[in-house]
Amino acid sequence: MYRSHVLVCGGTGCTSSGSQQIMEALKAEIEKNGLTEEVSVVQTGCHGLCALGPIMIIYPDATFYSMVKVEDIPEIVSEHLLKGRVVTRLLYNETVTPSGNVKALIDTDFYKKQHRIALRNCGIINPEVIEEYIGTGGYEALGKVLTEMTPDDVIQCLLDSGLRGRGGGGFPTGLKWKLAKQNDADQKYVCCNADEGDPGAFMDRSVLEGDPHAVLEAMAIAGYAIGASQGYIYVRAEYPIAVERLKIAIAQAREMELLGNNIFGSDFSFDIDLRLGAGAFVCGEETALMTSIEGNRGEPRPRPPFPAQKGLFGKPTILNNVETYANIPQIILHGAQWFASMGTEKSKGTKVFALGGKIHNTGLVEIPMGTTLREVIEEIGGGIPGGKKFKAAQTGGPSGGCIPAEHFDIPIDYDNLISIGSMMGSGGLIVMDEDDCMVDIAKFFLEFTVEESCGKCTPCRVGTKRMLEILTKITKGQATMEDLDKLEELCYYIKDNSLCGLGQTAPNPVLSTLRYFRDEYEAHIKEKRCPAGVCKALLSYRIDADKCRGCTLCARNCPNNAISGTVRNPHVIDQDKCIKCGACMEKCKFGAIYKK
Amino acid sequence: MASKKEHVPFSGTPEQEAALKKVIAELKDTKGALMPIMQQAQEIYGYLPIEVQTMISDETGIPLEKIYGVSTFYSQFALQPKGKYQISVCLGTACYVKGSGAIFSKLEELLGITNGECTPDGRFSLDSCRCVGACGLAPVMMINDEVYGRLTPDDVPGILAKYK
Repeated sequence: MYRSHVLVCGGTGCTSSGSQQIMEALKAEIEKNGLTEEVSVVQTGCHGLCALGPIMIIYPDATFYSMVKVEDIPEIVSEHLLKGRVVTRLLYNETVTPSGNVKALIDTDFYKKQHRIALRNCGIINPEVIEEYIGTGGYEALGKVLTEMTPDDVIQCLLDSGLRGRGGGGFPTGLKWKLAKQNDADQKYVCCNADEGDPGAFMDRSVLEGDPHAVLEAMAIAGYAIGASQGYIYVRAEYPIAVERLKIAIAQAREMELLGNNIFGSDFSFDIDLRLGAGAFVCGEETALMTSIEGNRGEPRPRPPFPAQKGLFGKPTILNNVETYANIPQIILHGAQWFASMGTEKSKGTKVFALGGKIHNTGLVEIPMGTTLREVIEEIGGGIPGGKKFKAAQTGGPSGGCIPAEHFDIPIDYDNLISIGSMMGSGGLIVMDEDDCMVDIAKFFLEFTVEESCGKCTPCRVGTKRMLEILTKITKGQATMEDLDKLEELCYYIKDNSLCGLGQTAPNPVLSTLRYFRDEYEAHIKEKRCPAGVCKALLSYRIDADKCRGCTLCARNCPNNAISGTVRNPHVIDQDKCIKCGACMEKCKFGAIYKK
Repeated sequence: MASKKEHVPFSGTPEQEAALKKVIAELKDTKGALMPIMQQAQEIYGYLPIEVQTMISDETGIPLEKIYGVSTFYSQFALQPKGKYQISVCLGTACYVKGSGAIFSKLEELLGITNGECTPDGRFSLDSCRCVGACGLAPVMMINDEVYGRLTPDDVPGILAKYK
């Protein structure tokens, strides 16, 4: 028995800010003080509050330390672990009340509206120890399914729960399984899509790093339900920690006979293999992913036949996303009604979002469906830094759209997001403020799609390229209003005629910004002006003669000698020489330089 | 400006070849083995020149054209060697809106190379990548396995100096 457990986050965010070094220093310091018998150090998965990493939580009181440094370790050990005194200066400031008392983490703005199902074990258990997963009820659902339920019961339970695919499409999971079960075959497959390619979304990574067994358990349940004996997890190679933990988890589950032959003494056998992606965004599309597992160029194929009929190696296959799987053991244990009691009419349960961009609390949050954007951004996210004005929230990555302030109070669910021109996607939520140019953002996403288009079908391969060319013209101030019409026409054409989801959704970033921020496009075209001051070709830097004190700092920092003037007299920028690097504006101490 | 490192002559060792043959022998009979074989081959050689692809083709009986097709489809397979220090700058959305474009430009300016290129001395290679999942630290870049977060362009020269 240990009297205290110190949890150190070993997720990617905190590892990147140095949590491994902290773990090592902590273990050494504990040993030095002779506390190894009393205090246990546990490496966990992600707590969600990545912006404040590295994070350390000390139980039994759940004291939450943020932005811990190696230098802080001796103080934490001698004060907290030896003398029982909290190191106030390292506390997450939200947990300290104005009167100096410490409040529980779940009462802070970041956590209080969250409801963690998919992330329930992340940050709580050591993902590399199967006993810790079992200790929180792990593999109980698999046992229940194999001993008390028929495959049809399992599928009915999922249908009743209303669970929809968390990878973006929102297809009912139970229905997917039902279709695969109906097709007889000598071999079927269960696949897991862990090729999280959507830039800015990292919830799947956190689940895999923090709770890998939940995914394995759910895949085995799926195998039982549809009659498959083999599973594949297709995981991004860019996620080395997740890959490592999955390998460990699979080996441990095999060791305990939770994977392999005759699981729980039943006649059900199931095993799982890992396949590593190699950096192709299109492989997030289901048929492309299967083509890639088969060892080919990851190009999508036309549907029908759907994977439930003819999928991997030509056999009936189901493919679900990591977060979808992470929900399933909980649904089996607590029942369909429990899950269906959360969320909105057509979107049940919770959704994990990766908050990023211009927001205080970047990180992972899991909220009930139907929470409003306002609650997510202002309350959980802590608002926008620097007193800037909110402009848009981007959801759904390169397939989604930008949501403007006028829809701040819309409850977030699959159907609402589609109705306002965006989509759930895998759950990236990037906040943009008044300094972001929406035309530039649309161009950014198109650059991504052009690079990632696999080239198999013409509308996507050629169409997105043409769209990017028009967008580039607009950001350079060379486009006409006719170009804008052409751009819009192209959007609808590509949407209707592309082979797979990548092409069909590629125009969304343009369509949604055209819908809500048309004035910005028009300002670029008609007035040759970028309202947010981002598009370099349309900018000019000027010096306000009233504010300039003639300190010469700007002139000395200009890399192209474009600024002239004498000491104590207002300076002037030669627009022909200016390369628009912005160095002068950064250096000016009087705010005399402005962009126009 | 220095030009990028063009064609590098292949210099595989017998040890590398033996390691590759062992990998192929182990994986040959698994379904869809080509990608795992190519991934391990890249681990062994650092990249996948045509000579290595030919060896895989000879050992597995898979046509070279298919192997070449796969190697050029996925961004992780490199046909040219990478630098001793591989720099990748995240240009994912979260990093982009926090200014990773300026970090990338600064690196281009300091190293004299652009996306996908390697410095003539073989020291640095520069790539853009899509989201390393450390959005809380945006903007982020990686040099080999080391992650640098919350960057400003002014931090870049100091970081590069560590790798001289």
